Amino acid sequence: MSKENALVQMSHISKRFPAVIALNDVQFELKRGEIHALLGENGAGKSTLIKVLTGVEIRDEGTVLMEGKEIFPHSPLEAQEVGISTVYQEVNLCPNLSVAENIYIGREPRKAGHIDWKTINKNAAELLARFDMNIDVTKTLDSYSVAVQQMVAIARAVDISAKVLILDEPTSSLTAIEVQKLFDIMRRLRGEGMGIIFVTHFLDQVYEVSDTITVLRNGEYVGTYAAADLPRVELVGKMIGKDYAELDKSAKENRASKEAGELWMSVRGASTTGIADVDLDIHKGEVLGFSGLLGSGRSETARLLFGIDHMEKGDVTIAGKKVELKGTLTAIRSGIAFCPENRKTEGIIGDLSIRENIMLALQTKRGLFRKLSRSEAEKLADEYIKKLEIKTPSQDQLIKNLSGGNQQKVILARWLATNPDLLMLDEPTRGIDIGTKAEIQKIVVQLADEGMAVVFISSEIDEMLRCCGRMVVLRDKKRAAELTGNEISEATIMQYIAGGVENAKQAEEVN
Amino acid sequence: MSTLSVEKKNNKKLSITNISLLITIALLVLTFVVGSLRYDKFGSLSTIFNVFNDNAYLMVVAVGVNFVLLTGGIDISVASTVAFTSVLTAFLLRAGWNPVLAIALVLIISMAVGAGMGVLIQCFKVQPFIATLAGQFLLRGMCTVITIDSIPITDDFFMFMALKKLTIGKAKLYYYVLVALAIIAIAYYVLKFTKFGRNVYAIGGNEQSALLMGLPVARTKILVYVISSFCASLGGLLFSFYTLAGYPLQNMGMEMDAISSCVIGGTLLTGGVGNVIGSAFGVLIQGLIQTIVTYENLNTWWTKVTIAALLCIFIVIQRLLAIRAEKMKAK
Repeated sequence: MSKENALVQMSHISKRFPAVIALNDVQFELKRGEIHALLGENGAGKSTLIKVLTGVEIRDEGTVLMEGKEIFPHSPLEAQEVGISTVYQEVNLCPNLSVAENIYIGREPRKAGHIDWKTINKNAAELLARFDMNIDVTKTLDSYSVAVQQMVAIARAVDISAKVLILDEPTSSLTAIEVQKLFDIMRRLRGEGMGIIFVTHFLDQVYEVSDTITVLRNGEYVGTYAAADLPRVELVGKMIGKDYAELDKSAKENRASKEAGELWMSVRGASTTGIADVDLDIHKGEVLGFSGLLGSGRSETARLLFGIDHMEKGDVTIAGKKVELKGTLTAIRSGIAFCPENRKTEGIIGDLSIRENIMLALQTKRGLFRKLSRSEAEKLADEYIKKLEIKTPSQDQLIKNLSGGNQQKVILARWLATNPDLLMLDEPTRGIDIGTKAEIQKIVVQLADEGMAVVFISSEIDEMLRCCGRMVVLRDKKRAAELTGNEISEATIMQYIAGGVENAKQAEEVN
Repeated sequence: MSTLSVEKKNNKKLSITNISLLITIALLVLTFVVGSLRYDKFGSLSTIFNVFNDNAYLMVVAVGVNFVLLTGGIDISVASTVAFTSVLTAFLLRAGWNPVLAIALVLIISMAVGAGMGVLIQCFKVQPFIATLAGQFLLRGMCTVITIDSIPITDDFFMFMALKKLTIGKAKLYYYVLVALAIIAIAYYVLKFTKFGRNVYAIGGNEQSALLMGLPVARTKILVYVISSFCASLGGLLFSFYTLAGYPLQNMGMEMDAISSCVIGGTLLTGGVGNVIGSAFGVLIQGLIQTIVTYENLNTWWTKVTIAALLCIFIVIQRLLAIRAEKMKAK
């Protein structure tokens, strides 16, 4: 397509934060009348790129051209002024104000110096009618469903500037019908010549509505493709950093597939807000992997097993007994341990020492009134520091002073101290150095060999292959497949992540 | 917030503010009727005017606090501001200052303190409770630095404001009440018909959203504390007209009267919902209950007991309505 058609051109964009390089020499181009999906796994840099474009973050390097003219927005307001509006995942409107006011606040029409409510209500009703919404605009926003609120947000964004619309995961809280309605509107806006950037985790939706796809990975630009020419499997490969063709050629790694131990936990038809109808069997002495893209339900399944998310329906049996997973304490007492994904906010307590951090879960399991004695605590802490090779001058060191890898080991120790039957690790190796990564993987396999059941979640397929003896693949909040032994290969996993057998066939044809 | 909206098309479902305000007004009328039936001379214009006369200053203070509450903040410095204003004014007048200059000075000082608290809250992310607690201690402390005694006011202008009144039959309404009514009207207009006023509501509804919608959040948040302090200081001047003295220990705990008036009038402490008409009614109902308590010859603390009960009822009603609204939305 010609350059004249370009609406936004971002080139050589770099953004550094104190600890990480969020964007490194990234480019992005949006044309008029185009729905452009921006994809990537967690930490790929897509939100940072959006933030740079909308002025929430200031770019360190690179140029952003809007219709050929350089822009440098320093705030969302400045971005709005040049024609870039954003609708975020969470509806960013005010629930206490009327629908009409939410559309016009900040730019209220005025008459004789005061706000002209009549015009606001009239214009808002007209604007929403264009989106096939006939609702009472004088009612407060919170009297409507999230889907309506989202439409109102889009109406506001479109009304402010009809050039670029950024939709940041707009569908995550919508039902299927509402999603269709949103897509209709996106197509209509595209027809009106608007450029739409669409950020989502759902690949089905990407293919349904997008013209173009740009993939980022680890803060780097991977490529821009026409959606019609990019098979799903290749797309997934680009997102997680493995080329499908290359993979298929590589010899399938052979894992010693062990005899599965006795059945310890089984889940039937479990549904929460994050997953639907999941069946699972977990055996002693195995490492079970949950694979899938972010938002596929892999973490949500673990959260369900640990009793964090409320199970709407389904049955859970632990060691032959039916259990109701109500709250984390039940889970801990049933012998389940869980290292959550977000170590900093959900794992460590920075201002406590290593010893205290290790003791937390065990103390909880024992109950508040049976305090662990100091000497017991010291003994346990020393034991795990030695066993897991935690690098620290002493067990009194504050955990926040440790490196990421060592923090992760402390959390691992915290749960191992409770002597669990099932250990669940969600992204245990993210953001830690290669050496420690390997150590943690080794520990995981060792624990399973000793008879513990381990659930392992990671977005790095390499790591999953090395650790897991059995793997459940999740896609779009549902269980897509279960692989064991030799069936587990990067190629198969990717096929299932990308969308089942039909796509797998499609991929084979391509190759 | 749509209580008195210009257009009322099909408000079948009453909003939280509506109901709280309606209950307040209904209670006000009921209290008045019951009082009139029970006591001679209660059911007269005099009683109503006296409630206004006695509580004009509190109305002004409550209006100011309401701005802060609407953003989701809180201001517990206002009672000290009232005391500080009347003590400093009394002190300056005794020292022979021109009353206009004295009034201007105390208003400016109070607004500066309000701005200071606003900056602490906005720029240094200090909890509003802590920042205004500091303001409270500072101003109460300053009172006792100026004097520890009661200073009488004998200035002509103050005497004029204290004594001049409208008379309708036997009922008397002091001029300073008109100041309070004017403030309520202005505040109502500002909140309903100016961008600043709507920004206040937006911030109370969702501050993050307000920021992303490009509203001037920082400026607005600082300004509400300036307004609150200004109203408190003006309330302090009205209080000086009312008592014709300045005493450092006066109005201890009155900030809670102002806040509870707002809540009774339908303001949510979480911000975003409420209006100044409600706050004014909240003050009036407290005043009327006080009158009844006086008629009954009870200890004045019974006013507090009644208000406490009332507050509980209102908060529960608000919660129930909010829960019902959630359920309706879920359907």
